[in-house]
Amino acid sequence: MGNVLIVVEANTNGSLRKATLNAITAGHQLAKATGGDVHAIVLAKDATALAEAVKEYGVKVVHAASAPQLEHPIAENWAPAIAAAATAIGAEWVGAGATAIGRDVLPRVAAKLKAPMASEILSVDGSGADVTVTRPMWAGAVIATVKLAGAVKCFTARTTEFAAAEKSGAGEVKAFAAPAADKQYSKFVDFKEVKSARPALTEARVVVAGGRGTKGDFKPIEGLADELGAAVGASRAVCDAGWQPNDLQIGQTGKVVAPALYVAAGISGAIQHVAGMKGSKTIVAINKDGDAPIFQIADYGLVADLFKAMPELQAAIKATK
Amino acid sequence: MPLKILVTAKRVEDYESKIKVNPQGTGIVAEGLKYKINPFDEIGVEEALRLVAKHGGEVVVVSVGTKDVHEQLRHALAMGATRAVWVNHTGPMDQLGVAACLQKIVEKEKPDLCILGKQAIDDEQSQVGSYLSEWLGWSQATFASKEESLESDAEKSKTPAIKLAADGKSITVVREVDGGLQTIESPLPCVATTELRLNQPRYASLPGIMKAKSKPIEEHTPAALGVDMTPKLTVTRMAHPPARKAGIKVPDVAALVEKLKTEAKAI
Repeated sequence: MGNVLIVVEANTNGSLRKATLNAITAGHQLAKATGGDVHAIVLAKDATALAEAVKEYGVKVVHAASAPQLEHPIAENWAPAIAAAATAIGAEWVGAGATAIGRDVLPRVAAKLKAPMASEILSVDGSGADVTVTRPMWAGAVIATVKLAGAVKCFTARTTEFAAAEKSGAGEVKAFAAPAADKQYSKFVDFKEVKSARPALTEARVVVAGGRGTKGDFKPIEGLADELGAAVGASRAVCDAGWQPNDLQIGQTGKVVAPALYVAAGISGAIQHVAGMKGSKTIVAINKDGDAPIFQIADYGLVADLFKAMPELQAAIKATK
Repeated sequence: MPLKILVTAKRVEDYESKIKVNPQGTGIVAEGLKYKINPFDEIGVEEALRLVAKHGGEVVVVSVGTKDVHEQLRHALAMGATRAVWVNHTGPMDQLGVAACLQKIVEKEKPDLCILGKQAIDDEQSQVGSYLSEWLGWSQATFASKEESLESDAEKSKTPAIKLAADGKSITVVREVDGGLQTIESPLPCVATTELRLNQPRYASLPGIMKAKSKPIEEHTPAALGVDMTPKLTVTRMAHPPARKAGIKVPDVAALVEKLKTEAKAI
């Protein structure tokens, strides 16, 4: 019987981050496959409030690790506490959402436990000793089925592939005494938040993204996004040039999104970009170049100058309301 | 204070390659593929060269694999790395095996800093830097980036984005995290991993390429290093994801809005 331990993540305002609920669903699937229970661990200066928030999502025990060195998600400080909790509950799987924090912290936990790890898992199959997971390779051109050996294994879950866990009865919150740090590791200095009134990119129902074709002028992108209540995204070229913050990059090495509607304007559609958005329900592409690869995956393609078409689209959508 | 920096050069398929799974679903078709240094590792080599240009020191590049990886080691040497270390291994390996080899090399070389790609563009695991750091008992500074863009003056003047403290005892790293940029200060020795926007790697010059031919490549084997390469992670099957159904082209904005409303029901 193998338990599953999920690392809980907070939004910048301290509330429960949705990516954690996606990870809990992956945890439920693994727990079903291994015959164990899902536990969660909250790490913070004071973990109580967040632990109370997460306990209702089908989690048997929430381990609340409160300590000053856990205030910021520094991997060297978080990993020993997570590994200690995993050992204490006899965890077979330890995981988190495939967020910046999950990607930073979980490999360190795996190292501490001398465990193998599967990053960005997409699904869970099999049961007992035959559990396998799938994960992307080569910018999603290949989906690999992977088997991990050993008593304990780690993972991060791609948030777009697992539905958010729903409330299903309250679990128990227990304080967990995190081991003291054995020395001074990395210190948090500063966080420069990209402030936006728009919805978070990975959670938005609609995403409007711009590429090199915008030449850095995002007004048409932002105009349509505001009309649709959408998040704004960008291709790598846009972020490399400093036209938009890095945080908006969609693709293999940026954010992976799967909104109901994705509008790509002035984006050619390199495989590395497509890897981050091909799970979208409906894809619209607007590009001057009729041969751009983006048209091969778009449900609706419009060969047009985005500076003309986007304001027209914005006005037409406004008129239908 | 001179810095000794260890960097990596994984051999991966060119990012523009069309990857095809073989009919048995056991691997990819190697025919016609071109191989390069992992782009994230190349960014690591560049950052190390900039740091050494500023502070003095040397850059040692490491790769694990068959003799084919000499191509990637020579590439890093041509960019300006001082010397190379090759861990000669044929056959399967996972992140733990690679990290264990790197740990042994680090224990021999005793660098102040390791700079690895945050991920390789083939298996995309994004783990080796953290395994290495934890097993060494060092700090980690993953996803190192910078505030300035790749079009900025800071980039054009090849200023290192990783800042060494005046006393030489720590580095300051700007990291790409969800929702913005985080700055951390990590005591040395430390393992850093690179984001795309840390820098724009230089091209190897012709004199650089000539000089690289005579730079030493030191050989090791996992067995001699005392590393068991038996993987704990095995790929049992490979497949292509289902292709998206090809869509249609619409003539104008009015037709697009009509389709989005009535067919896709997306607005």
